[in-house]
Amino acid sequence: MSRLAEVKVSDASMDTMRYACRVVEMKKEYVLKSETVRALRGVTFDVPEGDYVAIMGPSGSGKSTLLNMLGCLDKPTSGSLFLGKDDVAKMDDDQLASIRSQRIGFVFQAYNLIQQLTVVENIQVPLFYQGRPLSKEQQTRSLDLAKMVGLGQRLDHRPTQLSGGQQQRVAIARSLVNDPYFILADEPTGNLDSRTTEEILQLFEKLNNEGRTIILVTHEDEVSKRAKRVIRLKDGLLQWDRLNTQEVRDAAAKYAIENMPVEV
Amino acid sequence: MNIWLGTIQLGVKSLWLHPMRSILTVLGIFIGVASVIWLLAISKGIGDEAQRQIESLGADTIMIRTIKPPSEKMAAQGLTPYGLTRDEYEFLSTSIPTVKSAIPIRELRRQFQYRDRKMDGRLVGCTPEYYDVNKLEMEQGHFITDAENFSKETHCVISSKVAERLFPAEDPIGKRVYMPENQDFYLVVGVLKPKGATAAVGGSMAAQDFTNDIYIPIRTLQQRIGDMVMSFRSGSREGEVIQLNQITLRVADIKDVKRTAELVQTALSSHDKMEDIQVVVPLELLEQARTTRAMFMLFMGMIAAISLLVGGIGIMNIMLATVTERTREIGIRRALGAKRRDIIRQFLVETSVLSLTGGLTGILFGLLCGPAVHGARLLATHWFGDVMAELPEVVRTVEPSIVPASIPGAFFISLVVGIVFGIYPATRAAKMNPIEALRHE
Repeated sequence: MSRLAEVKVSDASMDTMRYACRVVEMKKEYVLKSETVRALRGVTFDVPEGDYVAIMGPSGSGKSTLLNMLGCLDKPTSGSLFLGKDDVAKMDDDQLASIRSQRIGFVFQAYNLIQQLTVVENIQVPLFYQGRPLSKEQQTRSLDLAKMVGLGQRLDHRPTQLSGGQQQRVAIARSLVNDPYFILADEPTGNLDSRTTEEILQLFEKLNNEGRTIILVTHEDEVSKRAKRVIRLKDGLLQWDRLNTQEVRDAAAKYAIENMPVEV
Repeated sequence: MNIWLGTIQLGVKSLWLHPMRSILTVLGIFIGVASVIWLLAISKGIGDEAQRQIESLGADTIMIRTIKPPSEKMAAQGLTPYGLTRDEYEFLSTSIPTVKSAIPIRELRRQFQYRDRKMDGRLVGCTPEYYDVNKLEMEQGHFITDAENFSKETHCVISSKVAERLFPAEDPIGKRVYMPENQDFYLVVGVLKPKGATAAVGGSMAAQDFTNDIYIPIRTLQQRIGDMVMSFRSGSREGEVIQLNQITLRVADIKDVKRTAELVQTALSSHDKMEDIQVVVPLELLEQARTTRAMFMLFMGMIAAISLLVGGIGIMNIMLATVTERTREIGIRRALGAKRRDIIRQFLVETSVLSLTGGLTGILFGLLCGPAVHGARLLATHWFGDVMAELPEVVRTVEPSIVPASIPGAFFISLVVGIVFGIYPATRAAKMNPIEALRHE
C-alpha cells in the first residue's frame, strides 16, 4: 500500500551507456476496487547492449506488467527504469510518448500494423511521431529496412494484403526505424505457424548478431531457448536469471528446423 | 507543417476506408450548408421583390388616398360626397414648403372600345408628373402634357396591354378610343411600355398594376365625367361622389418625408371623422419591409442552422463509433510514440475534413441556387401548369439572390461544426489508456 522510498541508485548512473536499460527495484501495484494487486514486488536486472533476453513466467507472474514498464507504456509505482541516462519512472505522459517514439522498438503478437497505411508508411509511423519532417536519410532507411525484411517488392501493399509472417516482418522493420535502444517483442511468434516462427526467430538472431538488443517476452520454451539469456518471473519477483549456452541455442535451432512440418 | 500535412493525408485515408459511411456523414453537412445558402438566397429574393415594389412607389412620395368610408358614416338617402377635394389639392400643393410637386389623381373603372374590340380597364385622370412618379416609360408618342391638361383636351395615353388588346394590328397613335359609359372619344397620343406591379398600398387597394390603364388629363376628366359616377352592379345602381381618388406629394428632400407626412395628417384632420382618407408613406413601408425581410432571413437562417447542427451531431455520432472501432489503432499509435495531442489532432483533422468537404460541396451546390430554381420552375410549369398558375405570384416569380456573406459564413460554420463536434470524440480517443487500447479486440 505505502509507496516505498526510492532505492538509492548512485552506482546506476555511472556507465549506463553500456546498458540498453536497467531495472532497479521496480515495483508496481494496481488498485482494483478495494484490493491492491502487487504485480511487481521489486525486480532488478540490467540489459547490456547487444543482449538477447527472453522474459518468461506463468500468467500472473508480472510478465505483462514488466513488459508495459519496459515499453514505457506505464510507470512503476516505485523503483527506476533507466533508458540511457534517463529515469523513465519520473517522466510524464508526453515524455514517455517521445521516449517510445525514439528509443523503443515494439513488436507485438498481433503485428499491430495500421490498416489504412502501406508497408512503407507503417514502417515510418514512429518517425512521424518524432515530430520532425522525414529526412532523406530516414526515407532511405525505411526503404532499406523493408528490403532487409524481404518486403522490398511490396512497399505499396496494405497489411490486409500480407500474410501473418510478412506482417510481422513489417512490424520488425518498423521497430528498427527509429534505431531504438532495444527491440521489445511481446510474444512475437504467438500467432505464427512453426515455419514462420522460425523465419522470425532467425531474423531476430541476425539482428542480434548485428548488435541489436532484443528483449522478448514469451511463454514458449523453444523460443526462450534461442535467446542468450532467460529471465523468469514468479509472483512478481525475479525467479531466476540465467544464460543459455551456445549449445542449448544451437540445439533448439536445429530441433526447430528438423521438426518443421513438410510442406505439402 | 509536415505533421499537419501528414495528419490530413492520414485522415483522408482513414475516411476512405469506409467511403459510404464518410459520404453519408458529409451529406449531413452538405445539406446543412446548401440549405443555409438556399434559404437565405430565396428569402432575400422574396424580400428584394417586396422592396422593389415599394421602391417603385417612390421613397420621396407621400400618398393620400380616398377610401370608401364605413357605411354607417354615409347618409342613408342619396349619395354622400367623400374623399379628397380639389381644394385640398390646391392647399397641399401650395402651402407646404417641403413639397416639390403634387399630383391629383382620379381613377375610374371604365369600358374601353375600339371598333368591335372591348375591354375593361382603369381610366386615370392625372397630371404630367404622374409619369415621373410612377416611373412610366413611353413606347411611342408622349405622355399627357400641361397644355393638354390646361385646355382639357380629349387626349389619352394607353398602356401596352390596352394597345395590344384594342389595336392588335394597328398603330394606335392617332386612333380614337371610345368609352361607351359616357359616350366619349379620346385621341391616343402615346403608348406606354409594359411595367411591373407596385406594392399594395393599404387595405383599400390591391397592388397597382399599370397594365389596363388609360391616362387622360385630370381637367378633361373633371369636365367630361364629373365627380359623380354611377355604376350598375348586380342589378342595383350604385354611385359615388368623389373629387379625387389620390393626391401624390413629392417631397424635395427625402429627410423631410416623415415630417411632411405628419403635417399632411394634421392638415387633413377634418377627414378623421369620416375615415375616408388614408395617408401612405412608402418610406415607412420600405423601412417596415426591410425589418420584415431581416426577420424573415434570420428565421430562415435559423432553420438552416438547425440542419447544420443536425449534420454536426451526425459527425459526432460517426466519430464516436469510429473512435471505439479504432481503439486498437489508437493503442498502436500511442505505443509507437503518439502523444495525446497527436491523437486529438488526428481525430479533429478527420472531423474537419468531413465537415469541410460537406461545406465546400454545399457551397458549390448553393451557388447553383439560381439556375436550379429556374429549372425547377420550368419543369413544374411544364408538368403541372395548372397547379403552378394557382400558386401565389411570388412563388412563380421569385428570383433567389445569393447573400454574399452566406458563403464565407457557411464555410466558417461548417469548420466550427467539424471542430466542435470533433472535440468530444477526439478527447475520448486521447484519454484511452494505451495498454488497454492495445488489448482491445
